[in-house]
Amino acid sequence: MIANQPDNLKRPRMARSMTAILGERTIELLIRLCGVSAIVFVFGIFLFVLREGAPLIDKLDWSRVLFSQEWYPTSKGNVRYGVGALIVGTLSVTGLAMLFAVPFGLGAAVFVSEFSTGKVKETLKIIIEMLAAIPSIVWGFIGLTVMNRLIQEYLPAPVGLNLLNGAILLALMSVPIIVSIGEDALKAVPDSYREAAMAMGATRWQTVYRVLFPAARNGLLAAALLGVGRAIGETMAVLMATGHAVNIPRSIFDPIRTLTATIAAELGETAVGSDHYRMLFLIGVLLFSITFVVNLLADLAVRGVRKQ
Amino acid sequence: MSASPFTVTPLVRRNMRRELAARIVLGAMVAAMVLPLLAIIAYLAVKGAPLISLKFLTTNPTHGMREGGIWSALLGTIYLVVIALAVSAPIGVLCAVYLNEYAKDNWLTRIINLAVVNLAGVPSIVHALFGLGAFVLFAGIGRSILAASLTLAIMTLPVIIASTKEALAAVPMSFREACWNVGASRWQTIWSIVLPNSLSGILTGVILQVSRTAGETAPIMFTGAVFFKKIQSGTLFAYSLTDQCMALSMHLYTVTTQVTNAPEPLPYAIALVLLGAVLAVNAASIAVRSCLRSRKKW
Amino acid sequence: MRRIQEAPQNGDPGKFALPSSNRCRSASIASAVASWLRPSSALLPEMVGRDWKARLWVAIALLLVLGGAGCSQSTARTDGSSGKPVVIQNIGSDTMVNLAQAWAEEYQNVEPNISVEVSGGGSGLGIAALINGTADIANSSRHIEPEEEAAVAEHSGSKPREFLVGFDALSIYVHKDNPITSISLEELHEIYAEGGKIDRWSQLGITNIPRARTDRIIRVSRQNNSGTYHYFREVVCGKKGDFKLGSLDMNGSKDVVELVSHTPGAIGYSGLGYNTRNVKMIPVSRKKGEKAVLPSIETTLDKSYPISRPMFMYTPGEPPAHVRRYIDWILSPAGQKIVELTGYIPLNLAEDKR
Repeated sequence: MIANQPDNLKRPRMARSMTAILGERTIELLIRLCGVSAIVFVFGIFLFVLREGAPLIDKLDWSRVLFSQEWYPTSKGNVRYGVGALIVGTLSVTGLAMLFAVPFGLGAAVFVSEFSTGKVKETLKIIIEMLAAIPSIVWGFIGLTVMNRLIQEYLPAPVGLNLLNGAILLALMSVPIIVSIGEDALKAVPDSYREAAMAMGATRWQTVYRVLFPAARNGLLAAALLGVGRAIGETMAVLMATGHAVNIPRSIFDPIRTLTATIAAELGETAVGSDHYRMLFLIGVLLFSITFVVNLLADLAVRGVRKQ
Repeated sequence: MSASPFTVTPLVRRNMRRELAARIVLGAMVAAMVLPLLAIIAYLAVKGAPLISLKFLTTNPTHGMREGGIWSALLGTIYLVVIALAVSAPIGVLCAVYLNEYAKDNWLTRIINLAVVNLAGVPSIVHALFGLGAFVLFAGIGRSILAASLTLAIMTLPVIIASTKEALAAVPMSFREACWNVGASRWQTIWSIVLPNSLSGILTGVILQVSRTAGETAPIMFTGAVFFKKIQSGTLFAYSLTDQCMALSMHLYTVTTQVTNAPEPLPYAIALVLLGAVLAVNAASIAVRSCLRSRKKW
Repeated sequence: MRRIQEAPQNGDPGKFALPSSNRCRSASIASAVASWLRPSSALLPEMVGRDWKARLWVAIALLLVLGGAGCSQSTARTDGSSGKPVVIQNIGSDTMVNLAQAWAEEYQNVEPNISVEVSGGGSGLGIAALINGTADIANSSRHIEPEEEAAVAEHSGSKPREFLVGFDALSIYVHKDNPITSISLEELHEIYAEGGKIDRWSQLGITNIPRARTDRIIRVSRQNNSGTYHYFREVVCGKKGDFKLGSLDMNGSKDVVELVSHTPGAIGYSGLGYNTRNVKMIPVSRKKGEKAVLPSIETTLDKSYPISRPMFMYTPGEPPAHVRRYIDWILSPAGQKIVELTGYIPLNLAEDKR
């Protein structure tokens, strides 16, 4: 404490008014609250979805539920909740979509990042952003009307709404994510790598193939995983374009049904609290867990990038 | 040997051929994505254009939604987007401010970052389930614009957090240090220097979410959007927060799957309006971004 | 991530401060509060100057709260006494949604201050809305189940009242180039029901559908929230039977017809009112070998067409006066004319005396 002060300093002046200090304290408290809000919401989502579905968990024979094809929730005689075919449907459409999207996405990322410059680069980035902006319902509409007829006419498919249709749409939807994150990953590789390669006489493609891919490996993996996450979570496009048939596909021209589409199609009619309702929430929990794992893997991959 | 470092040997020729091949293949990959996009837009435009007019946009649907316009759906979408962003933008910006300016590098911060990434990856139908379980049932709001907007707000939150974080991180540290040098507190620095300078990035992020919110169907299907609702035309306040509403995305779904004998251009026209609105908003955000970027002082 | 730990805390100048603000923080706050409470303090004029921003924010917040409270009056749902439109919520069957929409629009001309809001979603959704109390009238293309009846009674206090408002004939649609001429209920059972043996068109004797890629019968069905789905299952698969897995389950009655019209090897079922020029309706017989009948008003009313069903409207208990008036109008010749115009089967008014 400062003692023996001269008179004019005896009543010290505040640098700022009381209201300003209190206001700032409040805002900082608010900021901290908002900071943890993300955790609150993620837990909240998991908890609320689990809460609605929980009463049914004990009543089900889970080995049969997970591995049986027979999805008959509204049967009069024999109610069966087998999600096996739905899981296969989700995995198959995502897998096929990634088979298209990852090469195309990474290729486009490389092209945009390494082989194009200036105006071309800007234009391409804008166009890819536009591709990302198309709403999923519009994709579903295109799948139902345009792709349906195209596949029916030009490919040996018995019906146009099938696995291939859904996979093409999902691929077009996930490519922008893969391109933007992949491009970030490639940009993060220091220029010294490129310069060193050029000094050794490598062509641009050789630089990409032998230097940048290994260096940006983790980021590219994260890009692919985030694309997978997007594809698994897609609802409306696959609802309209895959034919919504409970079926284990034997060829890419077979119609399938995904977990997300099942929830979307059936939730509306169920009475709140019924077994069917709870089962749909449990499917939601399953979906959440799958995407949680995928996102966790992507995060670990990106963490690997930072460590480099 | 008379070969200089610059003679073109067969090895070099082979590498150049490979380079050219790679360029062509990669370019073809890009074209394979760009061309479908342009083809889709062109197809929708050609098939849906006959119906588009100002009258189409401002009259309510009539005759079983086969005739008339899409005003109630358009207004519903506007309500949903505005309320959702009004809720999620402040929370998202403040969360990003916390993560970038206040948070220490400890386990809590890592968990928050993980939570943001996970929130971004949650499927839209799980958001719908959450909205149904939490807002419609648990909080008792019932199916309404409010519940649907809150669900959409939670959906757009992580992306706003991520883009705001980037925008804040782009402000050079020297700006902050200058503020501290003159005695400003942390919040004063943020409010008067950091936020205004990162405004372009924040605005871009928020505007981009407009297009995403307008296009989502699944989260609103069970929390507030309906097949059909009659509202007064000509006024912007036709919906109240506790009403259910129509929405463009939901309208496209119902017209495509449930409305019979609709004139063929109708679903294409709705898709075109939705797509057009989304692309226009995206273009606006790009324009804002480049305009504000040119004004940057560093 | 930036480390901003050296930034000054709230009110605390930190190491970058100028020397004159070097004092104990709590003492300064205490004296500030004390001087704030003493209106004659010398600090007041300055604080007024610095506080205007805080006051402005408070004023804005108050305005928003008041404005929000003012704007959030929902549209009135009185019973017409204040002159605002009365709303009847009509939710349910997708099969009936076009019909319900047509009724609602025509009724606007009859009673302009009553507004009927129609939603689809399926018979199940309509009855669920009745149970939850969010619908005044539920449209259903199937009978209400005993459990649902009990649930409505529990929620609203009285059993639901059923009104028969018309009939719907379910047609069997195939691609317009498909040469099949008729089908029997038994064959439909073998095609659609679980355990049924017919998977290929050749088993039905059809071998030459142009442009069909395979011989497989592509079954088009509806999603399980649909009354059409339930009814067809009852008639074709048996009271406790189930469908065969692998049918393409479409969202609306219109979807089914659209898909069948583009897919050469497809077969599907949908309401008579959804017929278009691009598909073919095939006559159905009860047993193989019997006369096969095309669905129409006559064949439905004289029960010779085997797949027709009544359409119902349910209210939770006895309906209030304005709802009763609406339903009476629907049952009158004016309302039934609309049934016919939209492709459904009107009640045979000479017989039906509800």
